[in-house]
Amino acid sequence: MKNLWIVAILIFANLFAPASIALEPTKYQSNDEEQRFKSLANELRCVMCQNQSIADSNAPIAHDLRVEVLSLMREGKTDAEIKNYLVERYSEFVLYQPPVNKKNAVLWAGPFLLLLIGLFVVANIIRKKSSAPTTVDKNEEW
Amino acid sequence: MMSRLLPLLAFIALAVLLFVGVRMNSGKDTSAIPSPLIGKQAPALNLPELNMPQQSIGLQDLKGRAFVLNIWGSWCVSCRIEHPIITEMAKSGVIVVGYNYKDSAEDARAWLNQFGNPYALIIQDEDGKAALDWGIYGAPETFVIDAQGIVRFKHVGPITSEIVQNKILPLLKDAP
Repeated sequence: MKNLWIVAILIFANLFAPASIALEPTKYQSNDEEQRFKSLANELRCVMCQNQSIADSNAPIAHDLRVEVLSLMREGKTDAEIKNYLVERYSEFVLYQPPVNKKNAVLWAGPFLLLLIGLFVVANIIRKKSSAPTTVDKNEEW
Repeated sequence: MMSRLLPLLAFIALAVLLFVGVRMNSGKDTSAIPSPLIGKQAPALNLPELNMPQQSIGLQDLKGRAFVLNIWGSWCVSCRIEHPIITEMAKSGVIVVGYNYKDSAEDARAWLNQFGNPYALIIQDEDGKAALDWGIYGAPETFVIDAQGIVRFKHVGPITSEIVQNKILPLLKDAP
């Protein structure tokens, strides 16, 4: 019975655990390395379960990619080089923040364009309303 | 009158846009990511052959011949589904090279004994590390590599007779 309680508490505690559960305890060489690895793993998208980063995913390929990222870090590669290494193999799909290029420029600029159009429309409406003479309708009952 | 209709027109325009977006993606496997290797030189392969472990297989062994590279594993359920199609393709004269992904040689041999071996050669990649160079992330996956060693096509997931007829065979005919 006591064991059951412990299990229940552990399950409950797990609900509040941080998202990066898939990161198995790895021996890091330093605190800096751990920080850098974790932030990098969080920016890379798992190719198998596509709504998780490779830090979050339990897919075997995510494990392989984590191992690869760590070993590339230890070879002295920069973050940009590591990202490039993965893009060359798995396409820009692996980046949670893909760089702006011709193909996706509309997606990056679209929201701001829509916002500008909206502001323009609102400004127009306000200008029209404020310049229109305020007429008081004599029959107005309220 | 026109300004009254404007919101409706905007709504219809948006609805059409969304509908077109949905139609464009329907029937497509959105989980398959495009391979950046297409049109590029195939990555090196230096892995043992399943039945001749002391012998290392490289792309140079296949140079001058177009071939199909099929990633499979004995643990992979979908590989059984596509297996008859792979076998049929191999029987029609296509060189199919097997890429045994994350599998033990023993399990791989047992699987081939059970279902039949359509492969001209089988590359054994037990830990799946070399597969990263190919952008492989699961099984089954199928590549077409032409006689110049350039990757021409990739399919993620089990292949179908339609894919063989419409995509793979025409590519092999272009580059025999």
